[in-house]
Amino acid sequence: MSNYDKYEAVIGLEVHAQLLTQSKLFCGDSAAFGAAPNTHISEITLAYPGTLPKLNKEAATLAIRLGLACNCRIERKNYFARKNYFYPDLPKGYQVSQHTTPICVGGHVGIQTATGERNIILNRIHIEEDAGKSIHDADENYTCVDYNRAGVPLVEIVTEPDMHNADEAYAYITELRKLVRYLDVCDGNMEEGSLRCDANVSIRLKGEKNLGIKVEVKNLNSIRNVKKAIEYEIKRMIDIVESGGTIIQQTRSFDAATDTTFAMRDKEEANDYRYFADPDLPPFIITEAEINSIRNAMPALPNALKEKYKTQYGLTEYDASVITDDKETITYYEAIIKECNHYKAAANWLLGPVKSYCNDKGITAAAFPLSAKALASLIQLVEDGQCSFSVASSRLLQAMLETGKTDALAVATTLNLLQNSDGDAIAAWVDEVINNMPDKVAEYRKGKKGLIGLFMGEVKKISKGKADPKMTTQLLTEKLNEKN
Amino acid sequence: MEVTDQLVNNLANLARLRFDDAERTAIKSDLQKMIAFVEQLQQVNTSQTAPLMHMGDAINAYRQDIVKGSMDKTTALQNAPLANNDYFKVPKVIKK
Repeated sequence: MSNYDKYEAVIGLEVHAQLLTQSKLFCGDSAAFGAAPNTHISEITLAYPGTLPKLNKEAATLAIRLGLACNCRIERKNYFARKNYFYPDLPKGYQVSQHTTPICVGGHVGIQTATGERNIILNRIHIEEDAGKSIHDADENYTCVDYNRAGVPLVEIVTEPDMHNADEAYAYITELRKLVRYLDVCDGNMEEGSLRCDANVSIRLKGEKNLGIKVEVKNLNSIRNVKKAIEYEIKRMIDIVESGGTIIQQTRSFDAATDTTFAMRDKEEANDYRYFADPDLPPFIITEAEINSIRNAMPALPNALKEKYKTQYGLTEYDASVITDDKETITYYEAIIKECNHYKAAANWLLGPVKSYCNDKGITAAAFPLSAKALASLIQLVEDGQCSFSVASSRLLQAMLETGKTDALAVATTLNLLQNSDGDAIAAWVDEVINNMPDKVAEYRKGKKGLIGLFMGEVKKISKGKADPKMTTQLLTEKLNEKN
Repeated sequence: MEVTDQLVNNLANLARLRFDDAERTAIKSDLQKMIAFVEQLQQVNTSQTAPLMHMGDAINAYRQDIVKGSMDKTTALQNAPLANNDYFKVPKVIKK
């Protein structure tokens, strides 16, 4: 039995994210996923002699947007290098990458785990092109290659070896995925491979400063698998060391069927990529003005919004974090509070009736049929005391969803759901309740003040929910106390 | 810098070239001369000189993010040494 507590894991993650451009990084082929094989290829993708690649400016813009969101320093003078190696999925015989000058340097991504909040330190974010796709099982004797993906723009987001358990890695990649989606930098789809993650894992005795021998784990095609693979790898490595063995530097692959990892290859002879500046691609210079214009066009980030919702709008930590969990919900909430300034009520509506409707139908807040304006009119009606929350959230909301009508006041009027704040009508209901329940009234007057709830319930029942609760309480209390 | 058999073998491997013994001896001698020629440059003091990364002054050769369309598949595959109707075919490579 290994003594796991003696050890500390050290984890660094490399995430490749496909940038949401229309066209490829250096030519006008479509960058879309899922086309018929070898239909998004041109002379440049296929590396014909005499072709000249040209940088897609949008790719640089998206990389900078992500860098700004991660608090990176933006490199002003950028160029591309060739990383030379032979592999059939790479038509040119080299991959174009920003080896020496990553466009974003340093920075961090904030995460939250059970042990609290902290920043995961980034090493860099750089732009590079994707390779084609090799299909190994379509033909018995050959590997089939589809070059649609070759030349599609990626950013590689590299952390420092700064995480120490699988939960941190899970939280980091969850946060990063949320961020790239929120910023429209990448669609974050791990199954289609537009977000891919490799994990570098090593272990060392607690207190040790030097890093241990690392293993790189690939093929992590879901966030859950990132966590499982790291957990498995840490245990495997500790078991090796505890039983007197030696960890060897390896590339391993995760097997989702068994939740284990297996060796793909031991460290080959040291790779020699012979990087050099690509002579076909002139340097590109990022100006302060460009950075500012990208920054100014960025939406407020989820973490900043969460802080604002808590401190300025008085939402709870839970409500603020659920609302800021996805872009659709943020957008809808922001739209509601533009129409009415009942921040907490809007949050309650969004996380209550709206969310349960969306969950039922399996849709996001973006597809909720009522416009923010219509929902705001509903919220306003309740806040003005014209309709109770329970009537509004059940019958009125239902009616608006069914009819597609957007003016809550008009719908409530038609359906006779408005609360009565006419003192005479409420006084009549209050009298009726008091006259009907002489025993309870006597008990109340003897001191059983908790019965007020019962009387309230009765008034609500006979008024069919239309009696304004504040006025009802006031009148009930007056009447019950006056003959005392 | 001495050009050894090992260096030649390593470069040949990286360049996917194959030499027999006679060729290796010849290329070794050629390489030695080339490297000696270039090594003269090492004598120049470049401590105050910025590295020359690009030959021209051009910068910011951008294109806009517009899909221009691609060649049709038949054209793309017609010059491939080996292909089927959809794919380029290459010798079996190990799974990455």
